[in-house]
Amino acid sequence: MAQTYRLQDRGRVDLERPIDFTFNGKRYRGYAGDTVASALLANGIHLVGRSFKYHRPRGILGAGAEEPNALLQVESGPRTLPNVRATQAELYDGMAVTSVNAWPGPDTDVGAVNQLFAKLFPAGFYYKTFMWPGKAWPYYEKVIRHAAGLGKAPTDPDPDFYDKRYAHCDVLVAGGGPAGLAAALTAARSGARVVLADENPEFGGSLLSARETIDGKPAIDWVQATLDELRGHPEVRILPRTIVFGYYDHNWIDLLESRTDHLSRKPDDRPRQRMWKVRAQEVVLATGAIERPLVFVDNDRPGIMLASAARSYVNRYGVKPGNRCVLVTNNDGAYQAALDMQDAGIEIAAAIDVRAEATGPFTERAKQAGIRILPNHGVAAVDGAKRVRAIKAQPLAADGERLTGASRKIACDFVASSGGWNPTVHLFSQSRGKLRFDAETAAFVPDRSVQRARSAGCCQGTWGLMGCLKDGLAAGAEAAKAAGFPDTKAGSTPKASDDGFLPARWLWTVPGEQPVGHKGKHFVDYQNDVTAADLLLAIREGYTSIEHVKRYTTTGMATDQGKTSNVNALGIVSQARGLPIPEIGTTTFRPPYTPVTFGAWGGRDVGDLFDAERHSPMHAWHVRAGAAFENVGLWKRPWYYPIGNESMHDAVQRESKATRDSVGILDATTLGRIDVQGPDAVEFLNRVYTNGWKTLKPGMARYGLMLGEDGMVMDDGVTACLRENHYLMHTTSGGAGDVLAHLEEYLQTEWPELRVYLTTVTEQYATAALAGPNARKLLQEVTDIDLSPEAFPFMTFREGTVAGVPARVFRISFSGDLSFEINVHADHGLHMWQTLMSVGEKYDITPYGTETMHVLRAEKGFIIVGQETDGTVTPIDLGMDKLCSSKKDFIGKRSLARPDMLDPQRKQFVGLLPDDPEEVLEEGAQLVEVLKDAPPMDMVGHVSSSYMSPNLGRSFALALVEGGLHKHGQKVFAPMPGGKTIACTITNPVFFDPEGERLRA
Amino acid sequence: MKARYSIFSLARNALSYHENWQQAWHSPEPKKSYDAVIVGGGGHGLVTAYYLAKEHGMRNIAVIERGWLGGGNTGRNTTIVRSNYMWDQSAALYEHALKLWENMTRELNFNVMFSQRSVLNLAHTQNEVRITKRRIHSNRLNGIDSTWLDPEDVKREVPIIDLRGGGRYPVLGGSIQRRAGTARHDAVAWGYARACSEMGVDIIQQCAVEGFDIEGGQVTGVRTSKGQIKTNKVGLVVAGHCGVLANMAGFKLPVNSRPLQALVSEPVKPIIHNVVMAGAVHAYISQSDKGELVIGAGTDAYNGYSQWGSNPVTEDTLAAICELYPLFRRMRMLRQWGGVVDTCPDASPIIGLSPVKGIYLNCGWGTGGFKATPGSGHIFADTVANNRPHPIAAPFALDRFRTGFLIDEHAAAGVAH
Repeated sequence: MAQTYRLQDRGRVDLERPIDFTFNGKRYRGYAGDTVASALLANGIHLVGRSFKYHRPRGILGAGAEEPNALLQVESGPRTLPNVRATQAELYDGMAVTSVNAWPGPDTDVGAVNQLFAKLFPAGFYYKTFMWPGKAWPYYEKVIRHAAGLGKAPTDPDPDFYDKRYAHCDVLVAGGGPAGLAAALTAARSGARVVLADENPEFGGSLLSARETIDGKPAIDWVQATLDELRGHPEVRILPRTIVFGYYDHNWIDLLESRTDHLSRKPDDRPRQRMWKVRAQEVVLATGAIERPLVFVDNDRPGIMLASAARSYVNRYGVKPGNRCVLVTNNDGAYQAALDMQDAGIEIAAAIDVRAEATGPFTERAKQAGIRILPNHGVAAVDGAKRVRAIKAQPLAADGERLTGASRKIACDFVASSGGWNPTVHLFSQSRGKLRFDAETAAFVPDRSVQRARSAGCCQGTWGLMGCLKDGLAAGAEAAKAAGFPDTKAGSTPKASDDGFLPARWLWTVPGEQPVGHKGKHFVDYQNDVTAADLLLAIREGYTSIEHVKRYTTTGMATDQGKTSNVNALGIVSQARGLPIPEIGTTTFRPPYTPVTFGAWGGRDVGDLFDAERHSPMHAWHVRAGAAFENVGLWKRPWYYPIGNESMHDAVQRESKATRDSVGILDATTLGRIDVQGPDAVEFLNRVYTNGWKTLKPGMARYGLMLGEDGMVMDDGVTACLRENHYLMHTTSGGAGDVLAHLEEYLQTEWPELRVYLTTVTEQYATAALAGPNARKLLQEVTDIDLSPEAFPFMTFREGTVAGVPARVFRISFSGDLSFEINVHADHGLHMWQTLMSVGEKYDITPYGTETMHVLRAEKGFIIVGQETDGTVTPIDLGMDKLCSSKKDFIGKRSLARPDMLDPQRKQFVGLLPDDPEEVLEEGAQLVEVLKDAPPMDMVGHVSSSYMSPNLGRSFALALVEGGLHKHGQKVFAPMPGGKTIACTITNPVFFDPEGERLRA
Repeated sequence: MKARYSIFSLARNALSYHENWQQAWHSPEPKKSYDAVIVGGGGHGLVTAYYLAKEHGMRNIAVIERGWLGGGNTGRNTTIVRSNYMWDQSAALYEHALKLWENMTRELNFNVMFSQRSVLNLAHTQNEVRITKRRIHSNRLNGIDSTWLDPEDVKREVPIIDLRGGGRYPVLGGSIQRRAGTARHDAVAWGYARACSEMGVDIIQQCAVEGFDIEGGQVTGVRTSKGQIKTNKVGLVVAGHCGVLANMAGFKLPVNSRPLQALVSEPVKPIIHNVVMAGAVHAYISQSDKGELVIGAGTDAYNGYSQWGSNPVTEDTLAAICELYPLFRRMRMLRQWGGVVDTCPDASPIIGLSPVKGIYLNCGWGTGGFKATPGSGHIFADTVANNRPHPIAAPFALDRFRTGFLIDEHAAAGVAH
């Protein structure tokens, strides 16, 4: 397989290591060190895909991150990747790449029919049509959606995994070109911890594509020597294939390291990519610059590429983009590419130079080298649809706005285009740095940093190599010093040439034979098919703000985010509006610099690690017992314990009945526990709970309601007085974190004078709740605590041993039955549980889960915060106004005095009994008093909890109903979908043991 | 009268190389005085002006905008439109809006690409199931389409979803509103601007409010970066900075301003049809007509005015996306941005009168403003024109924070917002 366009005498690819790959199913060969783009060009392939809207044939424009055209689908199956820039994808053996947005292929693309209608598709055409007939939009949209999009998303789960790492450093250097390497060097010499990252597999940046010398030797030797020295510094971390993509507040920088995409066989144990989150004391941005294409007619024809890219293919990859080149330029610097190409044996057919006079150091050398220069010429036309065949040059009129005189046709097989350079200011702009427009180079350059960062080299508008090195050395030294390291002698700057690319002429649109938009297309944003005519149309229609231009035409919004198009678009807008570019402004640079894999953002926080899972010490027992679990906050709680093939309903009925009949056991470890200590602890409790705490003596416990400042119930639980100034607060399982944050916020911001200290002790205890008439008998067998009602009354606690281990036993009840909650050290939890289970055998002890817990508490009319309450329920609504002390202030008290809080028609907490005792209402069902044939109907409340109770022998529910406290006995209806209606009677919410005899037994 | 947009006008203009299109809206300098000034050239402000002109005969009015039209949250949101809100008051408001959305393209003769591709709200915990069902029942009895989906129904609607949610938070079901969907956000601002301009409304961009003239508790003018404008009616329709403007007018608003972020992927061929919202893990996703996956993330945990959003929020959201749609792990984030959302303590907006006579409020929409755009502007125009709240607006009065009549959308946590 011939690589006709491969140069044997130059380039950095390894000619000893051939690599086979396929493109659109056909086999080709390249070499190690190639990108897909360079390997395709070596095989003479320019046409790689079709454009987004018009399906125009498209070739390779660039040689790096700026590439807008050459987006390919890499591989198929689970590892497929859409929209990969061919210019950055490293070639590996067996790689399979295909064109996107072209069917059956880029050569014979059916979608090319769009070109026939191109005149109907100017910018924003879709806002003006597809409106008739009125209901047809979904059909139009379907067609549009299938036409849009580029590559295909994977359809299988990703076999790869991703990694994240944090790093801190004194100096982060973004970019490993001459300025970046120089900066890393001086920073490293000072002893600073340096991170140096570059997106390429090799360091050297532009030097890889150059033929310049440093200190008289090939520049690459200096790169090697610099890297060798950097590797000798133990505090330096060198990250190749790592793109610095995001710059956030406080020098938080995100990097993406590519680890396996370049490998033929992907190792199982290596993450595909690693996201680095670096907090840098100081930053040096050395991100280089990106060349702008010239905007001339049909400048998108395959074979037309950036001059810098052509130079890169020749010098770095040893590939000729063609045999006969026409250079189209507006600046002197581009002749450097022409000279390098000529040196490689490429014929330079002509240089079309839009400058009135072709002058400058490289221009002079080109003249000496015999290159034919056509100064003050524009491009009248481009021949060749799938590959440029010739270019027609014609002199420019004096104003540069049209062509004049005779044209001449110049045959060629590729075109190198240069419209000047843009410093890569993306990261600087992301960091919130202010940009300044430099009129001389017609480019935005960094002005003022707002973070601890500085730019060096081309990215700050320093154009010669010597200048870049000098910049880099100084920036590295300055950064290290600012990070607190001693001054280092930068040493003398290595000797190198110091040529920029000026002089230049800023002709934002190169005129063609006819006015822009009449014949042919002047592309600005290649990928989104935005032309100069589109920009002019936007302005004509009043979309004059650059943000409007961008959004109306979609310029700069493609996957390259306008790297080659933004400034050209600004220039064209500025000219059309007759305003200088700085007054047009720029759109905001958003992270990331280049697209970043979702998987890398997720890292290892996937699968079981997506969110922490909290387990009680008895969890393994529950698993063995076959429990079904439910998520409660981060906890996994046993939901119910099915025996054999028992359904959830049957299990819950069995558990509920067994508990009421004898004894049940619940793992209550998940309740939040906050240790409250300090001389002002009781005052603190008084302020955060609605009820009073002054009378609570050591050994006693009390139920408390906690409100938000809006007066709504936010949490509830029992707090015990362990000793003077020392309390143990219980919160709901899911609310523990929020409650602690709430309490700390008040302590730290509202009441800093209170001497109170809060410690979360949720994890320190394991808790089992024994409930049922036999709870006392069972527990007494394993404890030294006197459990008699006289010695241990309701709402108190005692300390002693249970199952031989130290325990604190609360006599509190959420089941409404005789109940003890046994707290032991977490380590003893399983032992305590197992002891109770084995001793409990004779009482038929039954473990029950959260569902039975819900049934039991609902029978008793106990609320669950988050189920009976939803952030809109006050204690008054719950009929718990007695718990709101009138003698003291508490959080939320003032809100409770608002007029609406006292409205008797607020939704209030009630019980419900369906007329049909077998009918279980759906939780969430809405209630109406007046039935209608069809919605809408006025709703008066909703069902918050609903169960079948084996203890009541019927279904029942809890609900919130407008004015419900005074509606006991009245009828309400739950209209269900399909026309069924469930009639119920409003009742008192306490269905079981209303006198509390069981509770206090 | 402006030329109507249609395939015929496109064809006709193609003959003249599209060089004869007129401006979509005029950009005049401000006059000395107006009958009403709407502050804020986003969707809500422009719709307000549209209905003031169209239904209340007020043509001598202006919309003033600090930046560029639609540059605030109108152009920064994830374009979701739905009306499946739980509370009656919210349902009335958003359903009113949804009905206007359904006719917007034709009414404006501007294709806003309102696409009723259905919105799913997933439930991942038992509590979410309960809340979701409660909302569905409420929606249904309010006459709003809303249906429960079992997990297998969810899978049928969204074949690419992993119902196991990666294992940690399995999908237990969800709701679907089929009339809900997405729209092209920028087009909403442009379409209304064009329609306003046609009726003689002055649209003035790059015009920042610097203060208000208030005499005896009545507003008499607005001081702007383009000079003083006399007016007796000012509608404040801004997001992100409503607290700042209220401050200029001498009163306070109960809002917190926080960055909310969103992101898009690279464009790919159609892969997900509906809008799918997963509130528990905070991952909202849809695919734009251009092929980008549009993903809504959460708000920062602290107040701020940066249109940016913090890194960990992006990480959490994309981890959740990877869990629900494992095949998206190889997709790439193209662009990430933030918008500042003004959120009231009850997560509902403020629409109505203010403590200053002649100043009207339409703000505090939090994360949910875009979907309400036409309805919000419609009832607000009625409020401004008649100096009393429109019946749908009445419950959303600023006064509710005094009376306690809150419309707490936090409570409807299953409906993420």
